[in-house]
Amino acid sequence: MNIPYTVEARPDSGLANGKLGIWLFLASEVMLFGALFSTYILLRVGADTWPHGELSVPLGAVNTIILIGSSVTMVMAWASLKMNNWGRHRMFLALTFLLALVFLVNKYFEYEEHLLAGEGPNHNTFLAIYYTLTGLHGLHIVGGMIVMGYFLGPGAGLWKRNPAQFTNRIEYTGLYWHFVDLVWIFLFPVLYLL
Amino acid sequence: MHPDSEDVQKSVRSYMIVFAMLMVFTLVTVGVARLSFAVPVAIAVALIIAAMKGAMVAGVFMHLSHEKRWVYGTLVLTVVFFAALLLLPVITSLDSLATGNPWVR
Repeated sequence: MNIPYTVEARPDSGLANGKLGIWLFLASEVMLFGALFSTYILLRVGADTWPHGELSVPLGAVNTIILIGSSVTMVMAWASLKMNNWGRHRMFLALTFLLALVFLVNKYFEYEEHLLAGEGPNHNTFLAIYYTLTGLHGLHIVGGMIVMGYFLGPGAGLWKRNPAQFTNRIEYTGLYWHFVDLVWIFLFPVLYLL
Repeated sequence: MHPDSEDVQKSVRSYMIVFAMLMVFTLVTVGVARLSFAVPVAIAVALIIAAMKGAMVAGVFMHLSHEKRWVYGTLVLTVVFFAALLLLPVITSLDSLATGNPWVR
């Protein structure tokens, strides 16, 4: 059975089904992170004192640069497909995967430093919301890496069978990835700087 | 090449410009945080810069600057509910302060 509107746009929405689907998913993600940001505000406003300078700003800034860089390589992976350049697409997608991995490695070192110092989520309210927000964000990074890994490996064959559908799938992966970057753009100042 | 590959090539230039601007804004965010502003000012400046960066990512990388109406409709609804979600703590704090509020016993 063929699923309709995977490539061509639906006449009513003007969008392929996958595109509307990923935007609805991202809308639900906004609410998920929104609830946690709201929690952060509630905790911070209600606290008599709030720790400042507990996290390494250089490490957070480097991770911001890494994630912004990965957004660029992701959009270039899609643009390369549009320009029919398979080799460049593979290079940029692999680079995005690699940058995501570097981000997680940095995060691991950051977590390790705190956990070895006995500063787990139960240490104080700030660290509780810090681990919750960055942990959930980290899981989204892992999710993105699984999807990218699929398109670098077994999912790559679709390019030969149906290049337009493959290009659309990479576009949807990119939309998700840019959202993950966008969340971090707000997490960085909120957790590291303020 | 795809028929729209020329448009994509033009977009690549804007991706690079936005990338450079995002880098600059990240450095500005860190720099501003080192200045000893009052807390409300520091929060406002950091969030304004973050919002500008977010707008660039959404507008250019996610192609929101030229999307279909259904996507905008979805996002308008999301923004409304997101704003309500962020207002909840404000309403909560107003409740706890409202000694003269007949709704709070």
